[in-house]
Amino acid sequence: MKRLMLGNEAVAHGFRDGGGTVASAYPGTPSTEITENIAKFDDVYSEWAPNEKVATEVAIGASVAGARSICAMKHVGLNVAADPLFTVSYTGVNGGMIIAVADDPGMHSSQNEQDSRYYARSAHVPMLEPADSQECYDFTREALKLSERFDTPFLLRLTTRIAHSQSLVETSPREDYKLKEYKKDFRKYVMMPGMAKVRHQVVEKRDNDLREFAEETELNRIEWGSREVGIICSGIAYQYAKEAYPKASFLKLGLVYPLPEKKIADFASQVKTLIVVEELEPYFEDHIKKLGIKVIGKERLTLQGELSTNMVRNSFADICADIVEEDYRQDFKQPAAFGNIPQRPPVMCPGCPHRAAFFVFKKLGLTVCGDIGCYTLGALPPSEAMDTCVCMGASIGMAHGMEKARGKDFAKKTIAVLGDSTFIHSGITGLIDIVYNKGVSTVVILDNSITGMTGHQHNPTTGFTIKNEPTKQVDLEKLCEAIGVSRVRICDPFDLKEFEKVLREETAVEEPSVVISQRPCALLKNVHYGAPYAIDTEKCKKCSSCMRLGCPAIVKKDDGIMINNALCCGCGLCTKMCAFGAIVR
Amino acid sequence: MQGMNIMIVGVGGQGTLLASRVIGGAALAAGYDVKVSEVHGMSQRGGSVVTYVRFGQKVNSPLVDIGDADLILSFEALEAVRFLKYLKPQGTLIVNEQQIDPMPVIAGAEKYPEGIIDSLKKSDINAITLDAAEIATQCGDIRAVNIVLIGVMAGLGLGGIDREIWRDSVAKCVPQKALELNLKAFDMGFERGSCK
Repeated sequence: MKRLMLGNEAVAHGFRDGGGTVASAYPGTPSTEITENIAKFDDVYSEWAPNEKVATEVAIGASVAGARSICAMKHVGLNVAADPLFTVSYTGVNGGMIIAVADDPGMHSSQNEQDSRYYARSAHVPMLEPADSQECYDFTREALKLSERFDTPFLLRLTTRIAHSQSLVETSPREDYKLKEYKKDFRKYVMMPGMAKVRHQVVEKRDNDLREFAEETELNRIEWGSREVGIICSGIAYQYAKEAYPKASFLKLGLVYPLPEKKIADFASQVKTLIVVEELEPYFEDHIKKLGIKVIGKERLTLQGELSTNMVRNSFADICADIVEEDYRQDFKQPAAFGNIPQRPPVMCPGCPHRAAFFVFKKLGLTVCGDIGCYTLGALPPSEAMDTCVCMGASIGMAHGMEKARGKDFAKKTIAVLGDSTFIHSGITGLIDIVYNKGVSTVVILDNSITGMTGHQHNPTTGFTIKNEPTKQVDLEKLCEAIGVSRVRICDPFDLKEFEKVLREETAVEEPSVVISQRPCALLKNVHYGAPYAIDTEKCKKCSSCMRLGCPAIVKKDDGIMINNALCCGCGLCTKMCAFGAIVR
Repeated sequence: MQGMNIMIVGVGGQGTLLASRVIGGAALAAGYDVKVSEVHGMSQRGGSVVTYVRFGQKVNSPLVDIGDADLILSFEALEAVRFLKYLKPQGTLIVNEQQIDPMPVIAGAEKYPEGIIDSLKKSDINAITLDAAEIATQCGDIRAVNIVLIGVMAGLGLGGIDREIWRDSVAKCVPQKALELNLKAFDMGFERGSCK
């Protein structure tokens, strides 16, 4: 029976049904639901790792030990995991292994839109790219088998519209996979120069084998239509192109590294005009041009953001004029316009503990080196209290770099700010750098008891595993002390006065310090603040002090300020802003 | 078989995701090919959100292009206007009259446009406006706004899917303890749609 499944969910099912038993990941949009869905299977081990590098190493270990394994991450997570990636390419695998990576063209929830296909080419690791949920399922199963056949991990590349779209999936019975025998083989698994030089030769031979495989595999499929126009594409771009030009001929690539050069040349020779439709970089196009084949692509399509059916249609309309559907309307009547309307950017939720912290940062006029998480919203109005955000954990190193560039006095007005999960992911080493190199920076860890932005995943500081089982909890205070920070303060950001006092003291001292700002995410199920507040209009002086918090539940109307009781969660932070006691339950 | 391109627009946290799953499930049960495109991550935090549901004999792209929506279900008045350009000239717009101020309005930098609902009613757009929040509240939970709107859509006969298929899909998507109130919300929406 066919079921509607997210692409990510289909990967999870494909992994289990393909005999996979070990999964490790760090959450990251748009990849998170792969592992969240694997966690629902009782017969597959799954975990949240502290970061993508560790997750990849866990998957490698499981594979070497004979299991079929997967690690999953977003595109920028693969940067963190790049170190093991490039060398596991040399060692190869024992049990089949998949590195699932989800790119985010259009940056729905990311800081850049890098194209992960280049990782495949540069690490010499084959990559599959599915175009819908059924292919997510099928390709995952296929990758596990091919991984063993060619003795290499496989990259599985998704993009947001594949990972986060539901389409129909038909599953098939689970493969009865037995753990492969574990054999000590240091020439294969210990990569030092003598062994790695030999393995590099193996990698080159494997690449050649895979190139031959690429020519014959059904993963690269030709759909003949009109020979006027041939379109080469993969993944979501295939869906847009197919819908725009159903009558064209298609070479749909499922194996995007290595490429089937003969198949491409053969396809090109049989069509009048060759087009490449791909999102982000001209990855196929450059390769095809290198083969001396004339092709039209990025001179008509953007390198930025996502494509769409209309974009593809409009970009090649002249070339494809003879093969378009007749009933397609080039023009449509735009419904009545309403002029410019206000944007609706994402905001911190009502009750968010970060709102209080950023209110104080702004009040103190601090330079804030920020990081990746819900709190990055602190860069936007109304708080506008974040100066930088580059990548996971960067806040700490950057604050230290600022101090070393501009001196200790500048450091007294500078803080690094990051969340609990981000600190564990890659903040710890930055803090060690500060202590070791005699820095004086202040680090604020916004500990909201969960990994928030990706939708509430546990992490090593929450005390629970991916399956909600109780486990050891990293004690942030002791951890910072063990690193050598003698000034570690724990403070509730909703105690605005105390929080401000602590920040003033810690930024002033000429030694490293850590402030752990502790209050749980307001969306957690165990957080109950009680009834919403309201404005007592008789007491309210309309001073707008409460508005400075930028809570979406507090609204200014023509006749005064009101609290939207459908949004207010009753956290009471605004009551601390009011000098007239006008905010009441 | 006719197909449909549907957009569900609103404010992050309003339950647009669940609505898209109910519609997707009903279309699947009615025998269509279906794609549902969701939004996760940062934009869910109170930002403008849009999910797409497309069904028909064969669906390729999971997205709906500008000028290509047969139906827009809007959970909020301003969001209806923001995505209006996606509507086909003969398409249908169903709008919950609720207004939620975006941050630039809250911060006083911009004004919430006045008279959106009246303008929509007066325009030549095929628009149905209703206070779905009020109906949902009557049913027992304001969060059932999404199901009320789906009821209206089903009541209009859009997509040619039977009422019982719709009700089954609602039942599969909502939590068991909220089943009764959601079915009531669906029925009240359905009546509203079918008497239009």
